[in-house]
Amino acid sequence: MNLLASESEVLAPLASGWFLEHAWLIPVIPAIAFALIILIGKRLPMKGSELGVLSMLSSLVFALGAGYQWIQRTNSATEEQFVAPVIKSWSWWRSGGFDFGIGQHIDGLSILVLIVVAFISTLVQIYSLEYLRGDRRYTHFFAALTLFSGGMLAMVLADNMILFLLGWEIMGLCSFMLIGHWWEEDANSRAALKAFFTVRIGDVGLLVGISMLYFAANDWTQENLELSGFSIRGISAWALSGEPNSTVIMIAAVALFIACIGKSGQFPLHTWLPDAMAGPTPVSSLLHSSTMVVAGVYLVARLYPVFYVGLDIPGGGGNLIVIIGGITIVISAALAFVQNDIKRVLAYSTVSQLGYMMLGLGAGAWLPAVFHIFTHAFFKACLFLGAGSISHSASHHSFDMKRDMGGLRKVMPLTFTTWIISTLALCGVFPFSGFFSKDEIIDNVGYNGYNLFMIIGLVGAFMTAAYMTRATYLTFFGEPRGASAGHADHGDTHDTHDSHNSHASHDAHSSHNAHDVEQSHGPHESGLLITVPLMILSVLAFSSGFLNATPFGESWERMKLWVEPRSVEVVEETHSGGPGESLIITLPIAKEGQSKSVCGSAQPETGICYAPQLNHAPFKWLKAMMSMAIVFLGIAISWILSTLLFTKSDPRLVGLTQRVKILGLGHKLLVNKYYLDVLYEKVIVRSIAYPVARAAYWFNQNILDGLLHGLANSTRRISGWVYKNVDQLVVDGTVNNSATLTKSLGTAAQPTQSGKLSQYAALLFSAAAVAALVLVIINT
Amino acid sequence: MFVNQFLLLGAILFCIGVYGVVARKNAVLMLMSIEIILNSVNINLLTFALRNGSTDGHVFALYIIAVAAAEVGVGLGLVLLVYRNKKTISIDDLSEMRG
Amino acid sequence: MIAQNIGFLIIAIVMIGAALRVVTTNNVVHAALWLVVVLAGAAAQYILLAAEFVAVTQVLVYIGAVMVLFLFGTMLTRARIGAESDLNNSYKKLGIPVGLIMLAAMGLALTDSFGDEKLPESAKVVSTQEVSDQIFGPYLLPFWALSFVLLAAVVGAIVLARKD
Repeated sequence: MNLLASESEVLAPLASGWFLEHAWLIPVIPAIAFALIILIGKRLPMKGSELGVLSMLSSLVFALGAGYQWIQRTNSATEEQFVAPVIKSWSWWRSGGFDFGIGQHIDGLSILVLIVVAFISTLVQIYSLEYLRGDRRYTHFFAALTLFSGGMLAMVLADNMILFLLGWEIMGLCSFMLIGHWWEEDANSRAALKAFFTVRIGDVGLLVGISMLYFAANDWTQENLELSGFSIRGISAWALSGEPNSTVIMIAAVALFIACIGKSGQFPLHTWLPDAMAGPTPVSSLLHSSTMVVAGVYLVARLYPVFYVGLDIPGGGGNLIVIIGGITIVISAALAFVQNDIKRVLAYSTVSQLGYMMLGLGAGAWLPAVFHIFTHAFFKACLFLGAGSISHSASHHSFDMKRDMGGLRKVMPLTFTTWIISTLALCGVFPFSGFFSKDEIIDNVGYNGYNLFMIIGLVGAFMTAAYMTRATYLTFFGEPRGASAGHADHGDTHDTHDSHNSHASHDAHSSHNAHDVEQSHGPHESGLLITVPLMILSVLAFSSGFLNATPFGESWERMKLWVEPRSVEVVEETHSGGPGESLIITLPIAKEGQSKSVCGSAQPETGICYAPQLNHAPFKWLKAMMSMAIVFLGIAISWILSTLLFTKSDPRLVGLTQRVKILGLGHKLLVNKYYLDVLYEKVIVRSIAYPVARAAYWFNQNILDGLLHGLANSTRRISGWVYKNVDQLVVDGTVNNSATLTKSLGTAAQPTQSGKLSQYAALLFSAAAVAALVLVIINT
Repeated sequence: MFVNQFLLLGAILFCIGVYGVVARKNAVLMLMSIEIILNSVNINLLTFALRNGSTDGHVFALYIIAVAAAEVGVGLGLVLLVYRNKKTISIDDLSEMRG
Repeated sequence: MIAQNIGFLIIAIVMIGAALRVVTTNNVVHAALWLVVVLAGAAAQYILLAAEFVAVTQVLVYIGAVMVLFLFGTMLTRARIGAESDLNNSYKKLGIPVGLIMLAAMGLALTDSFGDEKLPESAKVVSTQEVSDQIFGPYLLPFWALSFVLLAAVVGAIVLARKD
């Protein structure tokens, strides 16, 4: 299974290509486009949006080219060969002995995320052309969107943690600008601030983690690999070398994971994500479903060796990542049940799905988790854009499912179809894409010895199916309500139009609406710029899972071949030693009770490995059937309850929460989001601010006043003693004299406070001169 | 050349600048005196750079020049503002902070 | 060496004289012009100290930009072009002893610690490249801080001087 160092001669040369070598252009293009949009965007015919779309398109082309060449590269390697990432590095700046690099680190993981990000960004920008038409800050919106994508792309292909941090922070800034895009409304700017600050709390962890890793790893990486301690490649090799102190690497992993909690909206810092839905819907789709929040998951996947070793992932049982992931899955899925805002349902769903990714990563299911990033991006972006399509064209920009939606399946057949496909993918129904990733996560979590968390994953799958059914029912089924009921009769005619579902009739339909003012206010299908991205995404939501379809056998597991780094010892040639002299590093021996070391070797070997040895659960149809049954059970129960509650208004269900006390309490808890916001804003902020204020007050009252009182008391006692023992006249005289003295001193000092600058200068310099003279005289 | 000849020149210029700051009433003249002080410091820095054979002093001399430019910009802005509000730039007339 | 010493002496005397005129003249515009002489003299001294880049910067920034600022400041505050009588305040008498005491203290300290130590004879002129290597190498962080100072000064000057 493992390649011995002596066999390394059979290694094939790895293929490379122009796109792989120049992958660093991918984030550079949007960065340039951002500058251009800011500078000349307003003067362009399409107000700068064309620059954004074009830059994202070209980034996508570059990313796809790089992806194609990466596949060639993996194919050119032998079965057990480590496919070295394509790394380019330049010195960015140097300060006081620190060398900060800039460069690219292209491997399967970064290529995968690059393609996803570039693809979703392109579609979202096209969608925004229509969605934000006529917005007051149209140009700025596209500028921020483009910079945001550039930041994410830079972060993804960063070869060192400093560039990673840069991309991470650019994203944080742009998310602030985009969430608060309509800042005139108080709620929006507050949501933007909340997102910014909450993520910032996590970022402290990122800074701490990066610095800790640098100081811990730098010596080792410099000596053995001639890489800086910021280099991702160096850190990975260092973490697996058996060198690091287990406490240091554990603290670093925890610190980094805190950053992931903030960015990826994990419990307990998930509160910002649903609020961030205040931004325009394309922003929600881009930032909070498939791009920004994935950054935290990406960090864990990127520096996986650090977490793998630091948190003892192969140990099984439970660690910080799985615990946080598991909690997040369940609590956010529960929150999704009580939301009436369709985007908030999706937001909590995102939080829950991110919990799955974290759960997978924490339990050693690296590949399924990364694959879930891939599939989730498509179906969740599709769902968000679908929600945007509904609000844009059917419900007067309202997102309230209970008030303004319902029965829209007849009016918006395209949106409805794409929504259903994505929902099925999200629920993990075979053969939609979610099944192949989510089921793999759950399966592998159990296989790696995290049985409790496998059950949590199954519970989460059940809840996912149930809340998505509820949301779908409220939006597309039942009777039209509120805004969507406005022109329900038109909806029927549209339905006949669209039942042919050809582009020609759809075009006719939208142009028909364009000049019919009255009709355009009623619910109708959205324009092509909105529906085409939806359709593309729904096709991918259905089909992307087949890229790693474990049920169909080894030959379908393309992702495993392309993306998963192979856990193989690499013999690096030292640069300082003579030619051909290879580096001797003894890999850690397997721990007691485990048959293999982190790199999968049973006995000590020489070489460096960059990826831990991971297990893959064999696929079993029985297990898949079981989880399928759970999902369908969730859909069925939720469907029946929704029908009874929302359409038939069954008296047994309506007002159930008021009648049954425990349910009522639970409902209240959920509606108030577990009181976490209250905890943060009222309790924590107050518990910090109030005690400080109180301590200051106490200090004033007790210490300062006490001192004064004490002084006064002792003075009185002394004067009492003096009064008794000394002649009263002397006392009087002293008192009077001291008062006079104070007064005259004050009067004497008053002129120095003249307010005249020249006088102050004169005093200052005289004092300085005297002090200088004294110093000189003392020293000579 | 002696080290001291430059250092003493710096010291003399510094003292002249100090005298200017103390004695002048006109705000613009006060700023000019401050410039003299800053230049005397620069002479010292460069002398020691030459003496120790390092370039650190040059870097700091450049930084001081840049800071002085910033200081003059803001200082003259303040003077203009004062002039606009009080129709005078005599420092002695600005004694609102009198105790 | 003698030529250099003579040059130094002449420049130094001119500088001291000009500096004295700056702090004593009764004409604001004259003071500004005398200041030009001081600054130019300082630039000449920098060249003697083998610091050509600093000297050039001194000419560009100080004599070029800062002096124009001073003249504009003088003009905008409508100082009289001719002589004025009330440029000095009542602390003039205090200023003289303060300056002299300081000079005495510094002179004592300098002669005591450096005596007749000589500067290296064959000093190489510090090239611009070396200075920039320093600035963009180990002193990058102060350089950034300085950039922020300048930015803040620009914004501050605009805010202060704007009429609204």
